[in-house]
Amino acid sequence: MATQAADVRVADAPRGRAGAIAAAVKDASGTALLALGLSFPILALRTEQNMANQLVLDQRWSYVAIAVLLAFLARLLYLLRLAFAASPPAPRIAAPAADRPALRLLTMAGVLLLLVYPFLALALVGRAGAIKWIDNFAIQILIYVMLGWGLNIVVGLAGLLDLGYVAFYAIGAYAFALLASHYDLGFWVCLPLAGILAAFWGVLLGFPVLRLRGDYLAIVTLAFGEIIRLVAINWVDLTRGYAGISGVPRATFFGLPFEDSDQGFAAFFGLEFATIHRTIFLFYVILLMAAITNWVTLRLRRLPVGRAWEALREDETACRSLGINTTNTKLTAFALGAMFGGLAGCFYVTSRGQGFVTPESFTFMESALILAIVVLGGLGSQVGVAIAAVVLIGGTELLRELDWTKSIFGRDFEPTHYRMLLFGLAMVLVMIWKPRGVISTRIPSIFLKQRRAVRGDLVGEGHG
Amino acid sequence: MSEPLLSVRSVKSFYGHIMALRGVDLDVHQGEIVTLIGANGAGKSTLMMTIFGDPRAREGRIAFRGRDITHLPTHEIAQLRIAQSPEGRRIFPRMTVRENLQMGALASNEVHFQDDLERICAYFPLLKQRLDQRGGTLSGGEQQMLAIARALMSRPQLLLLDEPSLGLAPLVVKRIFDVIRALNMDGMTIFLVEQNAFHALRLAHRAYVMVNGTITMSGTGKELLARPEIKAAYLEGGRH
Repeated sequence: MATQAADVRVADAPRGRAGAIAAAVKDASGTALLALGLSFPILALRTEQNMANQLVLDQRWSYVAIAVLLAFLARLLYLLRLAFAASPPAPRIAAPAADRPALRLLTMAGVLLLLVYPFLALALVGRAGAIKWIDNFAIQILIYVMLGWGLNIVVGLAGLLDLGYVAFYAIGAYAFALLASHYDLGFWVCLPLAGILAAFWGVLLGFPVLRLRGDYLAIVTLAFGEIIRLVAINWVDLTRGYAGISGVPRATFFGLPFEDSDQGFAAFFGLEFATIHRTIFLFYVILLMAAITNWVTLRLRRLPVGRAWEALREDETACRSLGINTTNTKLTAFALGAMFGGLAGCFYVTSRGQGFVTPESFTFMESALILAIVVLGGLGSQVGVAIAAVVLIGGTELLRELDWTKSIFGRDFEPTHYRMLLFGLAMVLVMIWKPRGVISTRIPSIFLKQRRAVRGDLVGEGHG
Repeated sequence: MSEPLLSVRSVKSFYGHIMALRGVDLDVHQGEIVTLIGANGAGKSTLMMTIFGDPRAREGRIAFRGRDITHLPTHEIAQLRIAQSPEGRRIFPRMTVRENLQMGALASNEVHFQDDLERICAYFPLLKQRLDQRGGTLSGGEQQMLAIARALMSRPQLLLLDEPSLGLAPLVVKRIFDVIRALNMDGMTIFLVEQNAFHALRLAHRAYVMVNGTITMSGTGKELLARPEIKAAYLEGGRH
């Protein structure tokens, strides 16, 4: 909103450089003032306890000066660039994702990289380092890619805004943890059960919200997510509350446990025992699960039910008058989205080091994160969602690697504390740069000779 | 006369507590163009939607080919070879023209898709050139044609059209009415709800006039065109 106002002002300014510069400086000064106002309570004053356990007020005016200066310069440069851009950029006609050779090459390279990733990591950083890079990075990212693709069915394709998706993730996780600890079932038996249970709960949530759309639906799903978490916290007899359930059995290699024994995976294949075998195996499991999610979604988009989802997103009344059973259509979207969430949840438990699950892993923050991945990636776009997951999840993990920043900002500087700040910044930037997500073109599911994408700027705001 | 294709008998329907239809009787016979004219808010579109079960008729009976459809859900009515082009077109703007038509074909057998596409595009040559274009980028007239074409894709016996002339230029309106006449010539039964009384009455075999949720007059199109009260209420200044 401020940007538009500034555009007008710059355009209205008297022709010539001096006028434009003056207008830009004026506008940037306003921004600097705003930054001053904001940073005063946040940055300038800091309370700290001294040795005598008293609170003392620490003043940090240099921080404020830096923030204000940065805001001023950023705004000024942005406005000057606008004012002196040679000409408005020519409208680009985006080639469809499938036909854009660069993107196709990128996708293929990505898949290839994923297939050899664990061994690449092993070769590059050795065993100790590779566990971190495979477990913390790749597996984490892939879990979120899968969650993003699952939510994409509900939000991106069917257009049903779901703010409580983490509930299904939690249901899958708890289903596995409880089944495993009470009935002594293994990961591979529990995986489909967790998926089915989550899908069942998806339908259960779907029924009461059938008549709701948009904001109203969002509120109810938000509440559903919280209900599941609160039940997990308070039903202590079943879930052990905050303490969580631990000791969930780990995934086995189709019956072969990853342990240092004669029956173990390593012994069976004549390898030397190493914990990394399990990590690599888990990597391929989640890779396969994510790939299946993607494949199912792409298939369904071409079937009547997938088309019905997209039509439902566009116009529910028209759908009904064309003979589409909107009730079933919504419920299948909910159920399928929930199922993938549940599968991811089941995997999540087994991928954690100690096979440990607590309600704290399923806060609203997780729902928001998954939704952010879907929206930033571009609603309805599979590749976009994957890219967004890599950037958002990989990015926050990367912050842990930035120890060298301590040598610049002092020993107290903790880059991970800035996670949310950077996260918000990334969201704002993407929404300015590409308001409809990173990949905003929509490829028709039926075409005559050649796929022709629907250009991003022709696709309605917030939809792909 | 034989049994009507569509019969509406003393149908009442409500929006909350407000009675929108106060006992409507109406017949559409095989091969006819029947039109329903009336002022804004008379209940024309409500009748159209009530036939489609949304809102459901609270009293009375609606029958299609002798079968009672009063209590069927909308999507099941749509699978009975009744098709509707709703008010305001309601095409899917982000889907291509071809995908829009494909959505219309959901109620019929997919095997026919390509044949039906050819057959229907014969009525709408403009659409044929725009098959891979996004629905929302079409002009108003083209969108209306798409809405009619989409309805036809389900191979209906009865086509319900709600205000196809809404917001369109006179020349485009004429073209759409030509298509409606051509469809009828080829055997399609059409029930047309219109505000553009002059065009609608000239086109229709029979016509009904609706005022405040009841039918106040009926007759052949020519008869009604000649009635002075019709002229005064619906045609003065409307001759375009």
